[in-house]
Amino acid sequence: MKKLISLFAGALLLSNAAFAEVEKYQIDVKGMHAFIEFKIKHLGYSWLKGRFNDFDGQFDYDTKNPENSKINVMIKTASIDSNHAERDKHLRGKDFLEVSKYPAATFKSTKIISKGKGKADIHGVLSLHGVNKEVVLDAVEIGAGNDPWGGYRRGFSATTMLTLKDFGINFNLGPASEQVEMLLHIEGVRQ
Amino acid sequence: MSKYPINTRLLHWLSALLIIGLFFLGLWMRSLDYYSSWYQTAPNIHKQVGLLLLSIMALRLLWRLKTPAMAPLTNHKPWEIKLSHVVHVILYIGVFVILISGYLISTADNKGIEILGLFEVPALITAIEQQEDIAGLVHEYVAYGLMAFVGLHIVGALKHHIIDKDKTLKRML
Repeated sequence: MKKLISLFAGALLLSNAAFAEVEKYQIDVKGMHAFIEFKIKHLGYSWLKGRFNDFDGQFDYDTKNPENSKINVMIKTASIDSNHAERDKHLRGKDFLEVSKYPAATFKSTKIISKGKGKADIHGVLSLHGVNKEVVLDAVEIGAGNDPWGGYRRGFSATTMLTLKDFGINFNLGPASEQVEMLLHIEGVRQ
Repeated sequence: MSKYPINTRLLHWLSALLIIGLFFLGLWMRSLDYYSSWYQTAPNIHKQVGLLLLSIMALRLLWRLKTPAMAPLTNHKPWEIKLSHVVHVILYIGVFVILISGYLISTADNKGIEILGLFEVPALITAIEQQEDIAGLVHEYVAYGLMAFVGLHIVGALKHHIIDKDKTLKRML
């Protein structure tokens, strides 16, 4: 009996310890210290940049074993903003995002491979324009620590290249513009 | 036979040409390939001609409100007078709604519309949530609806000309 209790207590302690190391973060969209941007070549001559203004998400960060971390992001597709109303309207329409049919895009991580020096490959499923596809975010930790207002924050950047056709977006923008690079700058506030 | 005043007739036919022209230009320009040489030119023409039509329509509306309407022909039946009046009001409202919504699409990002490189019509309203999308839907569907009433207007004019053999159409020529 004594043995059983100590075993149970040990297991409890262990699970508690493991639990304590996984920090839960809410992406700071209230203070907007997070940015989801995209860039795509225009005709092959320059970069066109834009961003999504409305998104939300959480991540778990395991300080002992970063590979045990997780992230979820949900983006409202209608919030696309490339600083040009007619283009934004076109991007929301049937040639591109079809936001009335597919109002949200989501990313859920499935596994994280640490590459050392604060770098990691975040594998996950991106759901965009009705297509679920495995993508890999090339992520780098920027920093973490106390903020001046009594909270604790952690931030990272990540990029990934998407091929528009893979997500059923077939509008012909020319051979130099078949891929779009997504750039995420995420800051989370520890809960 | 007394015709409509010459400026009424001129502005009527000019707006008829522009309204129908803009409708088909609008349809066509949306189907253009990104690499078409018209991809930027066609919308530019569409916007500038749209604003030209807006000033013409404003002039017509002022003219119409300031001068008494021409009396209906004596052979016009009461239901014809009533129906034609309703169609005319709908045509005016429809055209203005399309013109204003079109302007609201283009200027939603607080950028004006340049006219012939000479001056710019400034953006005035930019604060509506998802302005370009809502204005875009209004612009599209009211344009389809307007074309139905344009059709009715034409059918009415032809009915008077061909079936009733009266001067209804002739006094606008």
